[in-house]
Amino acid sequence: MNLALALQLLIQGILLGGIYGLTAVGLSLIFGVMGVINFAHGQMMVIGMYISYWILVLVGLDPYLSLPLAAGAIFILGYVIQSTVVNRILDFPEAMQVLPLVAMGLILENLALLFWGPDHRSPSTALGLATFTLGTATVDVSRLIAFSLAIAFTVALFLFLKKSAIGKRIRAAADNRLGAQLVGIKVNRINNIAFGLGAATTGAAGALLLPLMPVSPHLGHDFTTTAFVVVILGGMGNLLGALVGGLILGVTESLATLLLPATLKQVVSFGLLVVIMLIRPQGLFGGRR
Amino acid sequence: MLEVKGMDVYYGDLQALRGVSLTVGEGEVVSVIGSNGMGKSTTLKAISGLLHPRRGSIHYLGRDITRLSPSAIVELGISHVPEGRQVFPSLTVLENLQMGAQFPEPIRRGAQTMEQVFDYFPRLKERLEQKAGTLSGGEQQMLAIGRGLMSLPKLMMLDEPSLGLSPLLVETIFEIIHKISQQGTSLQIIEQNVHHALCISHRGYVLEDGAVALLGPSQELLSDPHVCKAYLGL
Repeated sequence: MNLALALQLLIQGILLGGIYGLTAVGLSLIFGVMGVINFAHGQMMVIGMYISYWILVLVGLDPYLSLPLAAGAIFILGYVIQSTVVNRILDFPEAMQVLPLVAMGLILENLALLFWGPDHRSPSTALGLATFTLGTATVDVSRLIAFSLAIAFTVALFLFLKKSAIGKRIRAAADNRLGAQLVGIKVNRINNIAFGLGAATTGAAGALLLPLMPVSPHLGHDFTTTAFVVVILGGMGNLLGALVGGLILGVTESLATLLLPATLKQVVSFGLLVVIMLIRPQGLFGGRR
Repeated sequence: MLEVKGMDVYYGDLQALRGVSLTVGEGEVVSVIGSNGMGKSTTLKAISGLLHPRRGSIHYLGRDITRLSPSAIVELGISHVPEGRQVFPSLTVLENLQMGAQFPEPIRRGAQTMEQVFDYFPRLKERLEQKAGTLSGGEQQMLAIGRGLMSLPKLMMLDEPSLGLSPLLVETIFEIIHKISQQGTSLQIIEQNVHHALCISHRGYVLEDGAVALLGPSQELLSDPHVCKAYLGL
């Protein structure tokens, strides 16, 4: 086995894993607070990518700079989905909660198809092809920036949840909904904000991914399943677990290309999922529910 | 200050309360007693807005609160300390107490109220940075009451505050509840520990099958042959 290649793949895996982690943290937050799985998560990310793409093409603003706009737009999308749809289904059986969110994913996917057509679009960004070498390995500047911003965004989210008054209310509502209602927390509004924040992370991840891969309307499924695998890996509702799980999956997928063709990436992630379900179903770091 | 009139509450098609009427006066301590499944907790849930009655009305300080949300009812000054404590296990004791103050006035007076809470429960002050989930049952009950006080309630409703506690702790909790009432807070207490509840309250209601079966001053209820036989085992 080629050691230099392995190192190269390890670096790539870590860098991509940071973005997996970011989107999975959002999915895990939504699950931790509301107990629902956002099956439109990947599709929301794709919308985030398209928003960044639009801003890049129309205004010329780099995706790293338009990230707050993409995250903000997807925050609003998430807030609206929670307040109009998800708040109504929170007490439904889990199997019935799946349908509205899968439907939401289909709607978003087809809206993307309607607005932007089925073609793959890969915009050229300022730093798109810049690289530097680190020993024997080559590092993409855009991947490094994406990774750093993903980690920064995740840390900011952690601090927000830990320190801010709204963050504490979100954690309280996640801990005990009845208790939260009885101290006077407007739980529905807190749910809206929590879903919005979870969605914003995936929107931000979309903006970060735009320079790295071509965007198309059907990209969403893969990212929903990737985020889902990462969340199970780290423990449902465990945010730190989601971040670490993202890095693990990124590295595993990347290193697996040493042995398997890259097109079998999904075999690796689902293989990892099956192994985790068999030996540690509560996830590496333990879940909330 | 609280007046419940002819309240019917249903869970789906199942009727849990039948025409329950009760009042709590300014500064008064009222206990609601009865066995499991007789509608005691349901009564409190309806008052705090978690459930809405199908018939009847709830007035508080002259205002109709029958259809208000739990949050609005807390803001008006009714605090419900639920059965099973319902603290936030992964938040620290301090954060749990902070969460008790959700509205401008309680937030403004938060530090002051917290000192008062530590006065009642010095144990909580020792465990301030500890996660609530790691507290003992008694400490969680103290935290739940403390959290309930943080909203500066004029009326506090306690659901089974002594459930699952050791006899010694039960004494302590009831002493504190008595102190809280002496500070001028009206109290409505639901208890299976009938003797204790009636001892610290002015009046009592006995709920049976979702309806008020008996009501009167606590002293009279304590000597009522039906209450003695059914609830005090005498």
